[in-house]
Amino acid sequence: MTVHTSTDRLPEPRPAGSTGPAGSAVRGPVERARRSTASKLASLAGGGAVRVVLILLGLVWLLPTLGLLASSFRDRRDIAADGWWTALTDPGQWTTENYSALLANDSFTGSAWTTVAITVPSTVLVVVVGAMAGYAFAWLDFPGRDWWFLLVVGLLVVPVQVALIPVAKLFNWLGIFETTLGVVLFHSAFGLPFAVFLLRNFFAEIPRELLEAARLDGAGELRLFTRVVLPLGAPAVFALAIFQFMWVWNDLLVALIFADSANPPMTVALQQEMRQFGANIDVLAPGAFLSILVPLAIFFAFQRQFVSGVMAGAVK
Amino acid sequence: MDSTGQGGTGRPAGETSPGPGGSGRRRGAVKQVRSVVRTRPWAAALFLLPALLLLGALVVYPIGYSLWRSLFDSSGSGFVGLDNYREMFTHPGTRQALQNNLVWVVVAPAVCTGLGLIFAVLTERIRWATAFKLLVFMPMAISMLAAGIIFRLVYEADPDRGVANAMLTTAHSAFTSGAPWPDARPRPDGALETSGDGSVLLPGPAAAGSPALLPLVGVKPQELADAADAAAPPPGDGRLTGTVWLDFAQGGGGEPGVIDPGEKGLAGITVQAVRDGEVVASATTAEDGTFGLPAEAAGAELRLPADNFAAAYNGVDWLGPTLVTPAIIGSYVWMWAGFAMVLIAAGLAGVDRELLEAARVDGANEWQVFRRVTVPLLAPVLAVVLVTLMINVLKVFDLVLVIAPGSVQPDANVLALQLYTVSFGTRTNQGLGSAIAVFLLLLVVPVMIFNIRRLRRERAR
Repeated sequence: MTVHTSTDRLPEPRPAGSTGPAGSAVRGPVERARRSTASKLASLAGGGAVRVVLILLGLVWLLPTLGLLASSFRDRRDIAADGWWTALTDPGQWTTENYSALLANDSFTGSAWTTVAITVPSTVLVVVVGAMAGYAFAWLDFPGRDWWFLLVVGLLVVPVQVALIPVAKLFNWLGIFETTLGVVLFHSAFGLPFAVFLLRNFFAEIPRELLEAARLDGAGELRLFTRVVLPLGAPAVFALAIFQFMWVWNDLLVALIFADSANPPMTVALQQEMRQFGANIDVLAPGAFLSILVPLAIFFAFQRQFVSGVMAGAVK
Repeated sequence: MDSTGQGGTGRPAGETSPGPGGSGRRRGAVKQVRSVVRTRPWAAALFLLPALLLLGALVVYPIGYSLWRSLFDSSGSGFVGLDNYREMFTHPGTRQALQNNLVWVVVAPAVCTGLGLIFAVLTERIRWATAFKLLVFMPMAISMLAAGIIFRLVYEADPDRGVANAMLTTAHSAFTSGAPWPDARPRPDGALETSGDGSVLLPGPAAAGSPALLPLVGVKPQELADAADAAAPPPGDGRLTGTVWLDFAQGGGGEPGVIDPGEKGLAGITVQAVRDGEVVASATTAEDGTFGLPAEAAGAELRLPADNFAAAYNGVDWLGPTLVTPAIIGSYVWMWAGFAMVLIAAGLAGVDRELLEAARVDGANEWQVFRRVTVPLLAPVLAVVLVTLMINVLKVFDLVLVIAPGSVQPDANVLALQLYTVSFGTRTNQGLGSAIAVFLLLLVVPVMIFNIRRLRRERAR
């Protein structure tokens, strides 16, 4: 996780007893020894307590997800009868039936494809359009450049709610209401302020000399963009792509309104099953787990990029 | 994002940052106007066009449209002025949403930030801190919908199924001696009486030497399969004795009010001797249902207090009308405490160790160091986290839609959900919906202005 790597690099804090030269100089040796033993004991006990508390907290944080996972591997009748924790000691309850039923269900696999069909183009579009605009704001000359950029920064915190009704009307008029294209365009537009902001700031730090040199070699704006700016800006582009991917993959609200209700993405499909929570739990539990598999895999594979994206973009 | 491999090359003097990005979000504003020589304005226009088209059509234009639309009635043709805004504050459904949003904005960010601070400080010196942080941050990666399903399972009311109530009832039975016989009651035609508060009374003074019989019924025989047979109380030398038992012989044939062979004693029942409304002595029945009270209790009335028969504790109705909002806030905290923790930990890493050491040398204990040095130094970070979470909480929608069961959804309502319901439900009023949207936008305008001013200030430097 990027943000705390600096913590890891810091020297381990010394035990409270050995305060180093500055501390020991002002205290007598006897006093120092006494304090040292006492505080070592105290910090040992405190450290032990802290560890126990952290382990308990970690369990509390893990428990809900564990419950979903365990429930998804149980029969509906078992789920109705008793808690998922009974399955931990009774492996006879475990079954993959729910998963095989779900994967054989065309409407679920169809919704998984819809999720992909929405998420991938939204991510690509935001990255491409955002990088182009970020490059223009960072390195190209045009009148009112700073004012345009301030406008984009102002749009960073605009809630999507403001656009739901007007864009629904607009899409209706254009004939793309309840289509994948509409969802993609909506997500791209609302991903752009953050994309432009992040990439402009990152691109602006590229050493000017590199661009000037390419310019003198006869490169045009497009060539500068694809050969110099994009390769050097790759880390930011990648972090942005991961952030946008997760954002769109996990979205419910926009898809609820703008997606094709006959073939909705996973979040909407699962939400529709919520009306009969108890009766549909054998679909909801494995479905929810399958829907978080991709985000979880990305999270564990690209923690650094994900965390830095979230840190920068949480305002959204 | 701190490894581009080109840090330092040709960097202006005085700028020693390792590379672009990272904290570049704030630092990123350039200090001089820079552009590559001789760029053509039409090229800039081409690069900007797609972004400006998308932003203009789907973000900027909708703001204007919503402002305009909020001044018209549900049909969209009748001008109503500010009536939609008035309705927002008076219509019961929307008012409930407003109130809940207020609770959300006050409670959720504060709890997340507080927990994040505690986690960040606690993990600071732990070697396996990364594992803990990953675990706590992990919920950020999953959808609010999945989190909602997860917490519907957690909050199941039945303690045999929902893990929240299972933990509560376990803790409850560990700290209280639970009622042993919730189903037991006096025989309807017997000598015992049930008083208004649920306790059972044997009217008339109890005399030492003549054992008191307290027959109860209603307990399922299978619950008593392992219980000892009821015994007649020993006469006792001056003591007040008696038996509490289940006056029901399996297979029938028992005589009411008499301890027949095979009838079971009720163990663990509190028996009180009450004189003039005051408890003068009390005892607990043994395995065979017998009890003995000291001699001075003679002449008092015998009472079996109500907590012998209290219903078993079944936990809390998490998703009922009163607790549903706190319960959903709990799931939000589960998702977002990790976010606060990571930001605060990053701030903590930037705190000058020497200041903390200096305070310790001056004799401050760990709590004083935390309270007087660490927290004030972290104040800017805490403020950023708090404001970010507040903006986020304003728009909370998925968790409420998914976790609150249909019947309590009006009690759990929030503005974003109300906006969705009134705008896209069956009986729509997009005028009111637009007013809610504009209200949400107005609430974030201060942050918008703050962002812009900060950027301009950094550019001016």
